[in-house]
Amino acid sequence: MIDNQPSVRRLLAAHSPSLHDHVRTFGPRPAPAAAELIGELERAGLDGRGGAGFPVHRKLQTVAAQPRRRGTPIVIGNGSEGEPLSAKDATLLAAAPHLVLDGLLICADALGATEAHLVVGALTEAGVRAALAERSDTHAVRLRVETGGFVGGEATAVVAGIAGGRPVPADRPARLAVSGLHRRPTMVQIVETLAHIALIARHGAVWHRAVGTTDAPGTRLVSVSWGQHTPRVFEVLGGSSLRSLLHAAGAPDATSTLVGGFHGAWVPASALDAPLSVAGLAPYGASPGAGILHPLAQGACGIQVTARTLATLAAASAGQCGPCANGLPRIVELMRELLAGADTVAELRRIAGLIEGRGACHHPDGTIRMLRSALVVFADDVAAHAHGHCLARSEVKA
Amino acid sequence: MTRLHIDWTACHGRGACTELLDGVLRPDDWGYPTGPGGSDIAIPADRIRDARDAVSLCPRLALTLRPSPRT
Amino acid sequence: MDEAFWALGRGTGVVGLALFSLAVVLGITVRSGRPAAGLPRFGLARLHRDVAVLATAFIGIHIVSLFFDSYAQLQLVDLVLPFLAAYQPFWLGLGTLAVDLTLAVVITALLRHRIGARAFRAVHWTTYLLWPLSVAHGIGAGTDAAQPWFLIVVGVCCAAVLGAAAWRLTTSFRSPQPDATARPETAATRRLTSSEISS
Repeated sequence: MIDNQPSVRRLLAAHSPSLHDHVRTFGPRPAPAAAELIGELERAGLDGRGGAGFPVHRKLQTVAAQPRRRGTPIVIGNGSEGEPLSAKDATLLAAAPHLVLDGLLICADALGATEAHLVVGALTEAGVRAALAERSDTHAVRLRVETGGFVGGEATAVVAGIAGGRPVPADRPARLAVSGLHRRPTMVQIVETLAHIALIARHGAVWHRAVGTTDAPGTRLVSVSWGQHTPRVFEVLGGSSLRSLLHAAGAPDATSTLVGGFHGAWVPASALDAPLSVAGLAPYGASPGAGILHPLAQGACGIQVTARTLATLAAASAGQCGPCANGLPRIVELMRELLAGADTVAELRRIAGLIEGRGACHHPDGTIRMLRSALVVFADDVAAHAHGHCLARSEVKA
Repeated sequence: MTRLHIDWTACHGRGACTELLDGVLRPDDWGYPTGPGGSDIAIPADRIRDARDAVSLCPRLALTLRPSPRT
Repeated sequence: MDEAFWALGRGTGVVGLALFSLAVVLGITVRSGRPAAGLPRFGLARLHRDVAVLATAFIGIHIVSLFFDSYAQLQLVDLVLPFLAAYQPFWLGLGTLAVDLTLAVVITALLRHRIGARAFRAVHWTTYLLWPLSVAHGIGAGTDAAQPWFLIVVGVCCAAVLGAAAWRLTTSFRSPQPDATARPETAATRRLTSSEISS
């Protein structure tokens, strides 16, 4: 569900997903050359809208700089959105598929790519196919439905799936931008990022920076969810306070909140006036990530929610790497013991330190980050559980 | 600094490397090699020969030696 | 002179077979991830490799010496293409096949870091075919096949390899924790259903 103030509609400015409304709202697709596009994106300060938040212009620069012998570049739009708490990419693909396609093709043209892939979730496939059929410039775009689950959305996993293998992360000696699909320079961008590229290519960096804050310019999509609610998606100004975003969603705005998704970090209620920006969240060990906010529902126990999340993350492991495949289930076991009244915190910390940085992807690292933040933010709950009580049980459940 | 890169998708924790590079690598709770650097283990100059042996003898071809990128 | 080459051919053949058998047993032991016979894991890996190389060398001498033995009537083509020899074409052909496989295994082993783990392993699996081929060749084409000492040697080799292969198939083959663990089946490739995700 989409809901926001009229002045913030940029990505979601068109009235319908049709090509006609798209062209009427945004105008035709421009075709900037690589240097021009990269320069504009650098001035705009656009960061990737996936978990890592990597500067977009740098990725394009790396691909553009690869020597010809490495092959013709390939561009990939990643709309697989394996994160359960995120619905922004699916929403964007349903509401503005042509912006995403524009962004993909703008990058393809600028980089001289002759092959473009778009990976989407099963529920958005039909709408995207319809959008592709409306256009005459998408013959080089291949659509694929993601099948990899949570870790399947990781960039090397997406590439592996397109190449015909299992969509699981791969150990790659070089970055994808240098050597990716079929060993060719490959640009992978989240679909929201592509939509921003499509707008910046039209209106320029100054326009992009006209809203938002200096270190979080422009707009971004956020997914807000709590309890059992499915995520609600909003387009918001960069640098908006967490509290204002939660309030606009009708979510609890005075409880500890998971920021960034399952691989993000819990922040205490006292942090909710911080802006959704890299600098604003850094003091809390958090970052905007994929723009996910998940406050604790009233009456819920932060440790129980964390334990359930950890179980989901352990089950989501691709099972390729020993430390992750063994360590995450062990962490889940220790959390269960904690919930049952045993003080397993020291062992939890030890296992966390043991598996950190030891895997083909960042699944264990992201999981540990979330765990560590929970141990800090829910320290009181941890202490209570270690002595056999739950603080949440004494409150009335909503 | 030379680094020993571990391809975790190939490693099965067979343990030849932890023997050859004892003092640098040790088996973790489940037998997988752990040492300074996580996935890219820092190898002191006097152990490079052992690291080369580890690369050669790993039955899963999970190891490669790389110079560390300047960060 | 023929007698000398013939004797050398016979001797190196038997030793080569014994060494191959030892290499297979060592290979299976390496696969188990355990130390054994007082050797650490890397020592076993080295020994497996060295014994295999030695076995190959002995078979090399076996072929060359028989090539110079006019009684064996070996032609160059018999080294590569099986079942074309003048003397005992079938049993000799098995030996030719074994040599072909040996070449493939050795070359892929030397180039394993270039060709990648999968290709290397795929060819390496053919050693389970290579070994019985060489045993059959030894019994079928071997001059000493009827001799008790030869049969004892072959018997010991077969017992060792078949025993190791049987061990390979047991569930406790992989060494127990904390030395190494099998990949846990629980946290695997199962994809989350949407109902699991939202709970």
